[in-house]
Amino acid sequence: MSSQHVKRVDLIFEKIECRDVLKKIVDMEPDAICQELLESDLKGRGGAGFPTGLKWCFTASEKDPVKYIVCNADEGEPGTFKDREILDLVPGKVFCGMAIAGKAIGAKMGYVYLRGEYKFLIPKLNEELKKFHQTMDEFNQNFRIQIRLGSGAYICGEESALFESIEGKRGEPRNKPPYPTKSGLFGKPTVINNVETLVHSVMIMKYGASHFKELGTKDSRGSKVFSISGDTPKAGIYELELGMTVDEFVNDFGDGDTKAVQVGGASGFCVPRKKFEETIIGFEGVPTGGSMKLFNSTRSMYNVLHNYLDFFTEESCGQCTPCRVGCQQLLKGVEAVKRGEKNSKYLDELVKLAKTMKRASKCGLGQSVGNAFGSIVENFKEEIIY
Amino acid sequence: MVNLSINGMLVKVPEGTTILDAAKKMNFRIPTLCHHDDLCVAGNCRVCVVEQLGAKSLVAACASPVSEGMQILTNSLKVRSARKHIIELLLSEHNADCTKCYKNGMCELQNLSNEFAVGDHIFIDLNTIKDYTIDRFSPSIQKDDSKCIRCQRCVRTCEQLQGVNALTVAFKGDHQRITTFEDLSMAEVICTNCGQCINRCPTGALVERTYLDEVWDVILDPTKHVVVQTAPAVRVGLGEELGLEAGSRVTGQMVSALKRLGFDSVLDTDFTADLTIMEEGTELLTRLKKALVDKDPEVALPMTTSCSPGWVKFIEHTFPEYLPNVSTCKSPQQMFGALAKTYYAQVRKLDPKDVVSVSIMPCTAKKYEADRPEMRSSGFKDVDYVLTTRELARMIKQAGVDFNKLKEDKYDSIMGVSSGAAVIFGATGGVMEAALRTAYEIVTGREVPFEGLNITPVRGMEGVRQASVMIEDCKEEWSFLNGVELKCAVAHGLVNARKLMNGVKSGDIEAHFIEVMACPDGCLGGGGQPIPTNEEIRRKRTEAIYAEDMSMEIRKSHENPEIIGIYREFLGEPLGHKSHELLHTHYTKRVRY
Amino acid sequence: METIIENELVRELANKHGRTRESLIPILQDLVVHNRFLSRQDMVDVARELDISAADVFGTATFYSFLDTEVRGKYVIRICKTISCAMKGKNDILSTIEEILKVKMGETTPDRKFSLLEANCIGWCHKAPAMLINDTPYTELTPRKVTEILREYIKK
Repeated sequence: MSSQHVKRVDLIFEKIECRDVLKKIVDMEPDAICQELLESDLKGRGGAGFPTGLKWCFTASEKDPVKYIVCNADEGEPGTFKDREILDLVPGKVFCGMAIAGKAIGAKMGYVYLRGEYKFLIPKLNEELKKFHQTMDEFNQNFRIQIRLGSGAYICGEESALFESIEGKRGEPRNKPPYPTKSGLFGKPTVINNVETLVHSVMIMKYGASHFKELGTKDSRGSKVFSISGDTPKAGIYELELGMTVDEFVNDFGDGDTKAVQVGGASGFCVPRKKFEETIIGFEGVPTGGSMKLFNSTRSMYNVLHNYLDFFTEESCGQCTPCRVGCQQLLKGVEAVKRGEKNSKYLDELVKLAKTMKRASKCGLGQSVGNAFGSIVENFKEEIIY
Repeated sequence: MVNLSINGMLVKVPEGTTILDAAKKMNFRIPTLCHHDDLCVAGNCRVCVVEQLGAKSLVAACASPVSEGMQILTNSLKVRSARKHIIELLLSEHNADCTKCYKNGMCELQNLSNEFAVGDHIFIDLNTIKDYTIDRFSPSIQKDDSKCIRCQRCVRTCEQLQGVNALTVAFKGDHQRITTFEDLSMAEVICTNCGQCINRCPTGALVERTYLDEVWDVILDPTKHVVVQTAPAVRVGLGEELGLEAGSRVTGQMVSALKRLGFDSVLDTDFTADLTIMEEGTELLTRLKKALVDKDPEVALPMTTSCSPGWVKFIEHTFPEYLPNVSTCKSPQQMFGALAKTYYAQVRKLDPKDVVSVSIMPCTAKKYEADRPEMRSSGFKDVDYVLTTRELARMIKQAGVDFNKLKEDKYDSIMGVSSGAAVIFGATGGVMEAALRTAYEIVTGREVPFEGLNITPVRGMEGVRQASVMIEDCKEEWSFLNGVELKCAVAHGLVNARKLMNGVKSGDIEAHFIEVMACPDGCLGGGGQPIPTNEEIRRKRTEAIYAEDMSMEIRKSHENPEIIGIYREFLGEPLGHKSHELLHTHYTKRVRY
Repeated sequence: METIIENELVRELANKHGRTRESLIPILQDLVVHNRFLSRQDMVDVARELDISAADVFGTATFYSFLDTEVRGKYVIRICKTISCAMKGKNDILSTIEEILKVKMGETTPDRKFSLLEANCIGWCHKAPAMLINDTPYTELTPRKVTEILREYIKK
């Protein structure tokens, strides 16, 4: 096995002087900012991959005088921990990104929604926020940021659930449409971006869209911060160029015995060894919010699946039928198959159910449970049954 | 206007229309569970998912507005398989012991599983795994979590229509459930027992506490003399439970049926509604006199009505500082109960201990009201059993009475004669109108200055309504009211009651007299009335009740000969000693959760 | 009769965070910092301050794993049970703690000093197994390491 390296990049964690970028932004036309973002082809780094520039343009075109920019720091996807590192090492760049978005769409107020598990970051963030507000004052900008803490609910990473949570309610996803760009936080036009996306926007404003586009592929431009864990000797946080295959990734990060990689966390896809070569990590292949989890041959994929289903069963908000009951049925179902109480054909029924959950659930959580379920059952059926 | 196609057929609908409504226009019914006409969109049961060509996933028809060029399939393969799965998932979580369920045959989930021919349940029965409880602590409402499908209609009802929020969604994931503050019983929380949640629950998770067997027992006990009273709204609702259209007036058949069921005397709550007007009207005039003539700073104005036990409990919990403002009159049901075991027993020469009083109410809160400890002024429990309109229909069915072929009959006497003023107690604004018809005439000696005695400004469906009547040329003893503009306010649905009371609190609403009915559109929309309910159905019931008023010979409470009789023979005068003892009550401040 | 006893902490928190609905969660979070859980009285008092129903407060609180409505100890230990931590020996850590504190998962020590709970992914997968004690993360745990950590807390 060759151990060639995937290309490392150092944009997100590069220490820069945010003042300089902010100073540049202050004099720019909002439309020019949006255009630069559009030009860069930056797609959301939370996992869903919506074009960031488009999101900003839509929100900018709304007439409402009150708009919000929200930073989604509710990083809860199992296997994802890159936003914690970004907030820990370069918090100023996150605030700077929010100010850029704020300027682009005409928002005076920003919220950072930080997951409760990262509360220990608060003192540092507050300190950095104070500096940021001073800089804003210096530039005569009345843009302000507030930090809100989550309290241990995975679903609040879903954008509309996050709004509900900031509004003081249960984090239950809303019906869409309307989308946040039209009616988001407090019913106002809102841009909600992942932590990493916002930092990318800073770097795009600093170095230009073309610099960003030099990296990656046509469908997946730029670099991405990966959270790598599981059976790997090199667990950690890495910024890598997008567009590599799983094979290339495993050659770099595997322990020589990798049998499967779960790309995109519990709501992502399981790629088995036989598909490593053909699978591209990116929007043209398997998208990811950054979570890459490696499993070697000692691992039972039943246990992996069971762990994920247990997770979703607990973390479903519970409001819609396919997700609330579907998760429980998948979990109880694989247990029954494992115990031999249901025969292996029951797995096919469960795969069909997972398909219904994907089609009929209200939000992304229920819609993506089927990703892990389908890909693990399809590729490791024997391990599930016996 | 927006153009779209549904199952290949083109349709043009106004912008903002949902796919559900657009399909309805094309005569395609899309099944729903969490959707209810009276409530905001939830989009959480997902039974109404349809396929939108080009969209990644299915969309909820109830929650999705139409858009130009949209192509919708309501019955594609994808839709059918998803819908069936969703029904099966709901059933896997549901206590499907249908034959033993009170809602058997009237359950929306049961209907759906029938339509979709859900045979063998393919999924694992989750219901048996969970430790569900049935809450039977409230005398009005029974909550069975094993039958709950989490559609949240009840939660939205309690919040949006009633502003009570006794019910909430709690916990998440597989632990998510519909519950109360700290999982307390319905009897311990702020619940007003209005029963609006029952009217909107698609399954048997929320039903009234039933007392059918108890009532049959006393009817069939030869040593008991069972009197039954029927509330005004029952006569325009009952028919719906027995196969008739909404808005059918069945007073005569109902009386006839009640006699066939074996009640010893079939009497009318309307009689005590008239009595309420005499007592409450006098109370209002007395309070006005104290305020205007005696300048008594203690007198509490505006005075509010007290006929609606849901409203009474609401104000006890929510605005206890306004308890002195609530009329001390018992509700017509309780006045009736107190008189049944005193006046009635005396006239009919019965031992009150042998008299059982049963009431048929459009209301579930009445069950609670009858149980209140202060409602025993006759020396007995004034009202022994309260049945809802729905329970009465069930009794009629159980007895095998062919309701629709019955000839009309008349109420018995005494306590069976009433006026049109009494019958409109069933509609929002009705008590106000009835009170004005009498009070105005007492004060001025003239009929209220409205055509046909119909005081239309207090009628209607708006949540909070205000009206005023100018009082002039008073009789001598009421001369202090000359030139007074008597201001009235009416609210129905507790969410509106809260608005009204907040208006009073802030001074934005000025009134002398306030009528509040806990339920939307008053007792016609009560928690004991036939299911389903929606604005259209309630409007038809309202029309029926005003038609009933117009059909009555006597239209004003004070002209009811039995009312004149009871004051002459038994009570003396309104607010007199005996009235105080039997017809008035007091209120209790309650916890705020 | 309900007697209103001033709940100074709740009032203070309402003064600090405001009395609109969006203040609810910050107030509840601060109450948990003070008391480690939300008592019935606190929830009722918060409802009164914000003029919302107590059921709403309860419904909202119970949605969030960290807003406990059950009595918890001074130190709440939350062991991550998600896949990476499960793969890297979370069960050993759990049994070590159970042995030291003489409690089972989900329980609180009789002196109300420790509560032992599980959590879903806390974001330290590369340094699994991990846990939180109140807000502080502890990573790359071994039975020996966790014993030392607990020894420090027991002394506190």
